[in-house]
Amino acid sequence: MTTATPTVAAGTQKTGGRGTSTAGRVRRRLNSRTATVVSIVIAVFWTIPTFGLFVSSIRPEDEIKSSGWWNFFTSPSFTLENYQEVLFGRSSSSGQLASYFINSLAITIPSVLFPIAFAALAAYALAWINFRGRDWLYVAIFALQIVPLQMALVPLLKFFSTGVTVGGVTILPAWDLVDEQKFAQVWFAHTCFALPFAVFLLHNFMSQLPGELMESARVDGATHPKIFRSIVLPLITPALAAIGIFQFLWVWNDLLVALIFAGGGDETAPLTVRLAEMAGTRGNEWQRLTAGAFVSIVVPLIVFLSLQRYFVRGLLAGSVKG
Amino acid sequence: MEFDFAAEQPKFLMLMYGLVAFVAVVGGLLLLLDVVPAWFARRREAQLVAASASGAPIPRRRKPREGVFALFFLLPTLLLLAIGLVVPAVRTVLLSFMDQGSNDWVGLRNYGWMFSEDSIVRVLLNTLIWVLLVPLVATTFGLVYAVLVDKARFEAVAKSLIFLPMAISFVGASIIWKFVYAYRGDGQEQIGLLNQIVVSLGGEPKQWLLDSPLNTLLLIVIMVWIQAGFAMVVLSAAIKAIPADIVEAARLDGVTPWQMFWQITMPSIRPALIVVVVTLSIATLKVFDIVRTSTNGNYDTSVIANEMYNQAFRYGENGQGSALAVFLFVLVIPIVIYQIRNIRQQREG
Repeated sequence: MTTATPTVAAGTQKTGGRGTSTAGRVRRRLNSRTATVVSIVIAVFWTIPTFGLFVSSIRPEDEIKSSGWWNFFTSPSFTLENYQEVLFGRSSSSGQLASYFINSLAITIPSVLFPIAFAALAAYALAWINFRGRDWLYVAIFALQIVPLQMALVPLLKFFSTGVTVGGVTILPAWDLVDEQKFAQVWFAHTCFALPFAVFLLHNFMSQLPGELMESARVDGATHPKIFRSIVLPLITPALAAIGIFQFLWVWNDLLVALIFAGGGDETAPLTVRLAEMAGTRGNEWQRLTAGAFVSIVVPLIVFLSLQRYFVRGLLAGSVKG
Repeated sequence: MEFDFAAEQPKFLMLMYGLVAFVAVVGGLLLLLDVVPAWFARRREAQLVAASASGAPIPRRRKPREGVFALFFLLPTLLLLAIGLVVPAVRTVLLSFMDQGSNDWVGLRNYGWMFSEDSIVRVLLNTLIWVLLVPLVATTFGLVYAVLVDKARFEAVAKSLIFLPMAISFVGASIIWKFVYAYRGDGQEQIGLLNQIVVSLGGEPKQWLLDSPLNTLLLIVIMVWIQAGFAMVVLSAAIKAIPADIVEAARLDGVTPWQMFWQITMPSIRPALIVVVVTLSIATLKVFDIVRTSTNGNYDTSVIANEMYNQAFRYGENGQGSALAVFLFVLVIPIVIYQIRNIRQQREG
């Protein structure tokens, strides 16, 4: 009885595909072998550039400049001098990246916190508070995602430098920021630009929470702030993590916003600005460029590798469900 | 090591101010949201007590004012969006009809300039090449790879390798690839991988980033390299979401892997495919960092976003820069409308 079903199944399969069974199996095996080979080729192609950069960054200067990094394997010589030089060197050409590294940190941390907090509040209102024009407002915020950053730059810069005046009356004074204070401009800009996407993503997560939960809390007399803090926030932690990683990568890797709002000096400019400058003016100082590039990618790589799962979740929630 | 830590102190101080501001703003807002309704509740209670003591009719409980709550929740977001995006966008549109100092109206002159200046037409053409090639190639690579490693033994590792460049900044990626494209004169030992390959195949080393239009294609390779991981992850998830019984039924019908791909996989993942292409198109239209870091827009490689930066922030041509930004916006609109329509269809279907 128990063996009958498999026998029948095997029998039909045999008669069904008699002509192709052996050939088919061979071809399938070949296919899967080609598949493996092709996927390995792609993976190698994708990994080698970064790997080459890393190997180069730990080779001595004269060797980087005179022979390809692949020679490292036949005649290995290893040094940390490039990193030392590019991070802490004091000559103007060395990079002084340690200083810019701190700028990147100072720019990134508030630029991640502010938009997430504001977006979480807004997304809650849009998802769970009933008021007139709610859907209309949500669509409007969603649509703001398509405004290219480039459109906002000139007026926003003017907003910072001259304030707001309507008919000769100053409503907001100019910010008049100098040196480190310029961080505030960058935070402000990043927060504005991040909001539409963050609201959109968090709204997706929040509106999927079970409605009965909110209902019963309301019946028990909980106010919206209470529901937000004690029910919704704990439930959307994964989403907050996802959007946090997104925003972190985006701000840390950003060049355009920083270039315009932070200025180019070592008081405020982040790593990306300094690196872009080094690539332009000292394009052949490979020992500094490779080490510098590696310094700039190591933090996002660590964040990315350790939190990849959340990141993918956020990506899928944002892109597939729409 | 001559790094002066004391000199960095003002930055940490500023960072601290930022964090304090964050706690104050967000904490203050939540507190406000707690205190105000509590005050109203107390007042209503007092009214009730007073009413019952004097024997007057109990005042009717007013409907909870949801709109006020919503306003407070939305306040920071709406304010920032207005200052940071809405007003600037409107102003940019206005600026694009004004001269370089934003003093006089010039009508459509900036737009006329855009389509008549040879170098700018070149920029528009380059942008077109970018936006056609990047989504196409990146999605193809992502899709092929997602299909190939699906259910393979080292799937997680294999996917991470392709996904990794997503974490690398465009600037970092450009430096990585500049190194691949690096050039040494004929007869010298090459340090760039690409030239080394060419030389070992008997060719002559080339200055890859100087020859148009090849250099634009090579910059596009960088963007594809970064974005294919995104396509791969989304498409891979879509492939895994195909119901197992459909795949099983097809397999029992004896379809070849080729037929399986075109008749089962492709139709099933079509919505995800559209989302990927649209997202990549928008990202590509705005690309700026790669061109700026690799060639600074020289040698006929510039794109709209880069040229806009040059016009507005380097040459002080606010009108022309704004016109380019507006043009960028106009290009993005149809893509987004298409996406919104697709999402709606998906919801209904």
